[in-house]
Amino acid sequence: MQKNKTFHKKKILVVFVVILVILIVLVCRLVFLMIFCSEYYGQKAKDLHQRERDIKAARGEILDRNGEVLATNRSVCTISVIHNQIKEPEKVIEALTKELGIDEETIRQKVEKYSSIEIIKKNVDKEVGDAIRKYGLEGVKIDEDYKRYYPFESLASKVLGFTGGDNQGIIGLEVKYDKYLSGSSGKILTLTDARGVEIEAAVEERLEPVNGNNLVTTLDRNVQEYVEQAASKVLEKKSADSVSILVMNPQNGEMLAMVNTPEFNLNEPYTLQNVTEGAVLSEKEKQEQLNQMWRNQCINDTYEPGSTFKIITMAAGLEEKVVSLEDHFSCPGFKIVDDRRIKCHKVAGHGAETFTQAVMNSCNPVFIEVGLRLGTANYFKYLRQFKLLDKTCIDLPGEASTIMHKEDNVGPVELATISFGQSFQITPVQLATTVSSIINGGRRITPHFGKAIQDADGNVIEELTFPVTENILSAETSATARSVLEQVVAEGTGNKAYIPGFHIGGKTATSQTLPRSANRYIASFLGFAPADDPQVLVLVIINNPQGIYYGGTIAAPVAQEIFDNILPYLGIELRYTQEELAELAKTEEAAE
Amino acid sequence: MSGWPKGSKDTVSEPRADDTLAIIVLIFVVFGMIMLYSTSAYNGSVKFEDAGYYFKKQLFATSLGLALMYIVSRIDYHYWEKMALPAYLVSLVLSALVLLIGDSYNGSKRWLGLGPLSFQPAEFAKVAVILFLAWYISNTKKKIKSIWSLFKVIILVLPIVGLVGTNNLSTAIIILGIAVILVFVASPSYIQFIALGGLGTVFVGIFLAVEQYRLERLLIWKNPEAYEKGYQTLQGLYAIGSGGLFGTGLGKSMQKLGFVPEAQNDMIFSIICEELGLIGAGFILLLFLLMIWRFLIVSHKAPDLFGSLIAAGILGHIAIQVILNVAVVTNTIPNTGITLPFISYGGTSVLFLLGEMGLALSVSRYGKNQS
Repeated sequence: MQKNKTFHKKKILVVFVVILVILIVLVCRLVFLMIFCSEYYGQKAKDLHQRERDIKAARGEILDRNGEVLATNRSVCTISVIHNQIKEPEKVIEALTKELGIDEETIRQKVEKYSSIEIIKKNVDKEVGDAIRKYGLEGVKIDEDYKRYYPFESLASKVLGFTGGDNQGIIGLEVKYDKYLSGSSGKILTLTDARGVEIEAAVEERLEPVNGNNLVTTLDRNVQEYVEQAASKVLEKKSADSVSILVMNPQNGEMLAMVNTPEFNLNEPYTLQNVTEGAVLSEKEKQEQLNQMWRNQCINDTYEPGSTFKIITMAAGLEEKVVSLEDHFSCPGFKIVDDRRIKCHKVAGHGAETFTQAVMNSCNPVFIEVGLRLGTANYFKYLRQFKLLDKTCIDLPGEASTIMHKEDNVGPVELATISFGQSFQITPVQLATTVSSIINGGRRITPHFGKAIQDADGNVIEELTFPVTENILSAETSATARSVLEQVVAEGTGNKAYIPGFHIGGKTATSQTLPRSANRYIASFLGFAPADDPQVLVLVIINNPQGIYYGGTIAAPVAQEIFDNILPYLGIELRYTQEELAELAKTEEAAE
Repeated sequence: MSGWPKGSKDTVSEPRADDTLAIIVLIFVVFGMIMLYSTSAYNGSVKFEDAGYYFKKQLFATSLGLALMYIVSRIDYHYWEKMALPAYLVSLVLSALVLLIGDSYNGSKRWLGLGPLSFQPAEFAKVAVILFLAWYISNTKKKIKSIWSLFKVIILVLPIVGLVGTNNLSTAIIILGIAVILVFVASPSYIQFIALGGLGTVFVGIFLAVEQYRLERLLIWKNPEAYEKGYQTLQGLYAIGSGGLFGTGLGKSMQKLGFVPEAQNDMIFSIICEELGLIGAGFILLLFLLMIWRFLIVSHKAPDLFGSLIAAGILGHIAIQVILNVAVVTNTIPNTGITLPFISYGGTSVLFLLGEMGLALSVSRYGKNQS
């Protein structure tokens, strides 16, 4: 056997030195990684370990103009079980069965299922959640959450809109003002292992949520409620398809009420109404019907306005001075334009009449004449000046555009039909806004529901303002239009809207929907009061009424009823004219 | 130094083993068990619903290993001279057997089942090669001086390198490394080894170029964040980086919770870095250096070349494994599966490592100062 010689020892020392050098290099590498790269890798690792859990922000409330809450939040709970943490499964099953009203078998399955977390029920009332919490059961998790809640259920449903599962607006004001209402959700950062299971006892990092701001609207809960009742009443009485009524302030465009019956329950927006018993709907059909139910006809749909549009023709004619109130006309019951014979609604004709009387009679041939005197170019100049061809830019989503002939294609026949409100379509809100602008002295206003943004404590953060275009019409023409329209109600076709002392002005309309052969009508009435200084404008539209379908007969009384109730409520005083006083005295005498 | 005789007045007392080495080994055993529990508890509870699953198995192997170490340390190492060749042959047979009837785990066929136990022949092969080469070199009449005699030794271990290397390249590299170190120590010259080093480099270059997937490994090594297969490496770096100077504290690693796959195996050092910081990791490396230093002392003091080479082989074995493991975990070299001695999970590994320690202690017992 060989000896352990000196050179062997030397060589082992060499090996050792080499190892030492390499180990020093590795330590340097460790220093580099653990000191200089520590922050970089540490952060990357943290990003990997942390799971974000959102803390929902409370959505802002929607209030009416008097501070009444129209949309708010309700605390609800999500009940879930964590299999690993359950100590007494039988007790858990018993308690949950009792409190949640779910059958035992379903709960047993979920409790006994081996999973990290199992949701038992969502949207449980807070009281039930608290009751379950009192049992103090281990492994049962009660997470609180917010759910949108509408205290008046169906009130102004198509205006307010509702929210989806993530508390985001789906339709209506909830969408339009989402950025103010939604706030920003907070975060809980928890540590998890690679499977995503949360680590108990790990320190949580929290980022507090910022609650949404409140939206104060121009709606008046009382007016809206009253108008809804009136609309439902006439809907039922006339077996109409739908009734739309809007109430606004013509001076500034504030919407006091907007009703589209039938409304729907905002707390259950996915429940269809009037579903035929036993009918099975496909997903697509159901969605279509829901969309139909959610439609705000005042804004999303257009219609042929008919005679209410004569207000526009009148304003344009008076402004352009192609007609004056005293001008004399003769109505034989029709008017021939080119080779067409266009009938008046009174087949026998109105005979000799002044322009004022023609408005009171809603005489088609006279308005055709005024339209033709204006000519296509002038007529369209006023349509543009009144901003009738644009959208109103109301603060609700999905506003429909005006459907109008191309100016180049408008010959005498088309111009004649436009003059009395046929052969084109506009939205109800467009008509109401344009008439508002004509009667308020010529200021084109923007219809709106938003009034102000408040923080949670009710401090106003932002007053909402909307554009106004001055001088779309002269003040004189505006005044003339108001007085003529007052006469329409006082003595003309709109007389069923008359209330002594309130100086109501207005115009009726009866239009036939397309196809004409279907014999479906839209009866409408547009009224405002007081005529000398309009504060309230009401537009009533009854879609496909059965039986009598004249606007003056069925829509005007609805407007009258509304005026009768809301004008005193809004603080508009009775001012009787001499004749009205005399009339009153006479009836009192008769009563005695 | 504890290698020196304590009872110098009592010269007839039994020769004493290297106490320092024994203490270092015991520190590693205890520390290894603690770290193993820390890293494996999560994986154990996820896979086997028993946090102590890996710990218990390792404890069993470690107990056996400690007993083996004690017994081997009490036996005169010269006893193994006649066992060297048979041990080498047995390791060849076992390594061949594992290729035929071995059990697979994680896609590698490396285990021989023995009833409820399983056994990794490659771990045994390392000890066998150390004994065999120490015996062969110390019994060669001529000194190993010429290139040819040098190659003859290398060729002797090529069969085992080939057999083991078929499905466990890392261990084959370790065996080859041990052989090279032993030949280096045995030979008085240096120049030949420089030539050998050059040859090795060329060999590795061809090796990498021939097989595409090894080149891919090289690319992953350069930029682990860009490759899906760099996941393990990257997770190791996250763990190391998270540690900082002082670490997150024992047991508080996040990366062991499934992010670093099988944290108790090859990547255990990254978790040590995360939990104990640069201080803890540095301490472990220092302890390894100290251990290697003790092997150097044992080798120097060995009464004959056989004992000296056994100590040198063990030194090489531990050093290569520690260096390669730490280099892989820190992404200093491309990824290859090598365990960290005494700390990584592996029953066969710890059993034979402790056996090797017994061998080293036995050599130290008969060291020069003892007699």
